[in-house]
Amino acid sequence: MTAALALGDDALVLSQRLGEWAGHAPVLEEEVALANIALDLLGQARTLLSLAGDEDELAFLREERAFRNVQLVEQPNGDFAHTIARQLYFSVYQHLLYGRLAADESPFTALASKAVKEVAYHRDHAEQWVLRLGDGTAESHERMQCALDALWRYTGELFEPVEGVDLDWRALKADWLTAVTAVLRQATLALPAGPQSGAWTAGAGRQGLHTEPFGRMLAEMQHLHRSHPGASW
Amino acid sequence: MSNANDWPLWEVFVRSRRGLSHTHAGSLHAPDAEMALRNARDLYTRRSEGVSVWVVPSTEITASSPDEKDAFFEPAGDKPYRHPTFYEIPDGVKHL
Repeated sequence: MTAALALGDDALVLSQRLGEWAGHAPVLEEEVALANIALDLLGQARTLLSLAGDEDELAFLREERAFRNVQLVEQPNGDFAHTIARQLYFSVYQHLLYGRLAADESPFTALASKAVKEVAYHRDHAEQWVLRLGDGTAESHERMQCALDALWRYTGELFEPVEGVDLDWRALKADWLTAVTAVLRQATLALPAGPQSGAWTAGAGRQGLHTEPFGRMLAEMQHLHRSHPGASW
Repeated sequence: MSNANDWPLWEVFVRSRRGLSHTHAGSLHAPDAEMALRNARDLYTRRSEGVSVWVVPSTEITASSPDEKDAFFEPAGDKPYRHPTFYEIPDGVKHL
């Protein structure tokens, strides 16, 4: 199940990144929101990875090169604006993707019907913050723009067809661009210039090629399981 | 970090899916009403379907004063005929 692995890895890796915010978010309420999103994503990852095999083995015993997530989700949290930019790009994508998967008959229909409500909330949360930061102070505007620009090149990969997911990826991309453009305009931010993919780094996560921060993230995530192989917990 | 001006206190009232009235659930800090609603959903409803949430800035609430408690509430306490407690409630009446 190539597709289950790809979509499951996206959710797993982003969940791990969001979990790193625990105890470090700007305010308590936001910490709860980020943790909620992380938990939603972890739930999606568990369902998807279970479709592909044993969820624990897949999460904890694969090497970096065996992960099929897009490079966007493995990017470090950075400042709050970077986390929100990553979240905006990804949750709009996930919302559009799951909306389509929920509508058609496929192995992902059940998961998508459930998860589409979750990702609608993630999207709303990200949009709310993009509006606040973009239309906030001069510094928050600058940081939000900087984060959007920095992560832009990882967005092209989102629309590369995933084997086993039958849908119109070009239409998905067009809808994504329309949605993101509308939010950024309302937030007084500019749509980042430059290519979305094809640059030296972005776009090979689905083939198992990842960016440098991903290895360290995996080392932390898998450390305990690898130290005590076969333990039940 | 948050300071009291940017992140004022909000009171949260929640009506559960089968509930008849909103009940005070607690309070939280949020920059505005929209964010207060979303935070309230995460903190107090766990996103159950079909609940209703009200958020109110704490500064908008006027409370009765503890010092005037006697004048406010006591006079009627010793006059049982003021309280409709002597009626049999018919079986069909719920939520009274």
